[in-house]
Amino acid sequence: MGFGEYLRAHLANLLLDSYQHASAVVQSIVLATVIGVLIGVLVYRGPIGSAVATALTSAILTIPSFALIGVLIPVLGLGVKPTITALVLYALLPIVRNTIVGLDNIDPAITSAAQGIGMNRSRVLSQIELRLAWPSILAGMRVSTQMLMGIAAIAAYAKGPGLGVHIFSGLSQIGSANAINNVAAGTLGIIVLALVLDAIYVLIGRLTISRGIRGNDS
Amino acid sequence: MATTAEQPDATVSGVDIHLERLCKTYPGGHGVAVDDVSMDIPAGEIVIFVGPSGCGKTTTMKMINRLIEPTSGTITIGGQDTLSLDPDKLRRTIGYAIQQAGLFPHMTVAQNVGMVPSLLGWSKQRIAARVEEMLELVGLDAGEFRDRYPRRLSGGQQQRVGVARALAADPPVLLMDEPFGAVDPITRGNLQDELMRLQTELRKTIVFVTHDFDEAVKLGDRIAVLGPRSTILQYDTPDAILAKPSCDTVAGFIGAGASLKQLTLKRVRDVQLTEEAITARCDETPDEIRRQLEERGRSFALVLDDRDRPQRWVHVGQLAGVATLAEAGKPITDWVTTQSTLQDALEAILAEGGSAVVTKERGRYAGTIDIHTVMDTISHLRETHDSTPAAAPNSASADGPA
Repeated sequence: MGFGEYLRAHLANLLLDSYQHASAVVQSIVLATVIGVLIGVLVYRGPIGSAVATALTSAILTIPSFALIGVLIPVLGLGVKPTITALVLYALLPIVRNTIVGLDNIDPAITSAAQGIGMNRSRVLSQIELRLAWPSILAGMRVSTQMLMGIAAIAAYAKGPGLGVHIFSGLSQIGSANAINNVAAGTLGIIVLALVLDAIYVLIGRLTISRGIRGNDS
Repeated sequence: MATTAEQPDATVSGVDIHLERLCKTYPGGHGVAVDDVSMDIPAGEIVIFVGPSGCGKTTTMKMINRLIEPTSGTITIGGQDTLSLDPDKLRRTIGYAIQQAGLFPHMTVAQNVGMVPSLLGWSKQRIAARVEEMLELVGLDAGEFRDRYPRRLSGGQQQRVGVARALAADPPVLLMDEPFGAVDPITRGNLQDELMRLQTELRKTIVFVTHDFDEAVKLGDRIAVLGPRSTILQYDTPDAILAKPSCDTVAGFIGAGASLKQLTLKRVRDVQLTEEAITARCDETPDEIRRQLEERGRSFALVLDDRDRPQRWVHVGQLAGVATLAEAGKPITDWVTTQSTLQDALEAILAEGGSAVVTKERGRYAGTIDIHTVMDTISHLRETHDSTPAAAPNSASADGPA
């Protein structure tokens, strides 16, 4: 069976798995952003807190994804739970680090002016600091998303959702008729998804970053 | 502005500020930043805190809006103890303008200026109208600038927006922390002139921090020269400080050229103009003017146009043989108005090589001023301040300029 033929035959299945793959990644990113920004906001004022948070989140990243998911299975069982947990943990580092960097790079004169004209702490944070750090946070989310696209494939090992199933089943029956097609379809699907999500990030950036602080000079 | 200091004005919109035994100590051995400062800041005046870097002048100012909490002492604004108020609410009633403006880069000019009104819960229409009014007030065209982002503004424009933002909710008190420190000298001069114009209109109580003594002299109704730990070395009108510095430190801070600086404080309208120049209209005959000059034993006449505006100086010797006054003599190249400072007048006197012509509203002739008038004014100032003891620190003496 040729690759084109294989795709046509398994289209419905591939589309469903692609959808689930993207959905798992996007949900993990949203969750990681909420947690990561929270951590960033809590620690960015102190050099020690920032260092600890960055070190911890990068330590997570050094654990091989296969091992992490393996460790999580006895605790959380098979399926969605260990998948999302592992993905959120991996997504944290770029988001936490970029939140800290984004908040840290704000000119103190701006926050001092905001306080000086009568904005309280939470207003300064929500209306000034997070808005100004947003381009940096969004960049962190984008990096995390690209990373999770690949890692999510490993989730198939924990019977998690996504395109990893195709890769794993292909790899396990190397030599048989459709093994290569299986692996190629899964891999190609992940690449296409990654490109689509990246384009969406560009769009989100356009829509949510104030023209006053956008990188290009428009 | 200094000349209006002693006359209470019905249009004063500022309130008075009292600092009472204010101290700020930082824990952990950083020591005393502000040590026992007491001061009265009268309503509707510009008071300048001037002193070397690190003397605690900014700390003292920031205690007024409680960006820094005093360790001890009290501050009252318009009779109200600031420590009894919610700091955020207090700050909404105090305008705050800082160096490099501190504009919010992700917000448009309109959003920046409308920030305090929106914190105060004004309606959208009211905020929009106010933004427009404020931008016009600081000399920016609302239509052109409203929707721009700060990075699309020059340094001077940013600073104007900063002032507009500080004034948007019409606070009685305005704190300005070296607001013009980061712009080029020409822009700074313009911004200073603008602030003085605004203040004659608004009459706010303004506390202005700077390390530039010339700026202090130009803008201040009163100057507080601060030493280490914010101790007040001298607190008086610029005139009095220039004429009689209270100690060597203050004298050193004033630097060279105190007399020339004094000339920037006096306006031409404050001195007696000479009005004896012989004037002539363009349409008068040269012979008639020559007759007048010879009769009064004078050699120069001033030619005015039909709207009383000075045009040329003409010497008696140049009148012979000319048909009309419109072309005789030499045109006036440098003149001053009644609003000009005596320093400008001195410049004009030197440029014209004798008397400088003074004009009043619409460029009409008001009189002339010469070097003797300038010298008399300076020596008179010296005598006035020599005969009165230098104002003790902390006292808010109401000594107006002579």
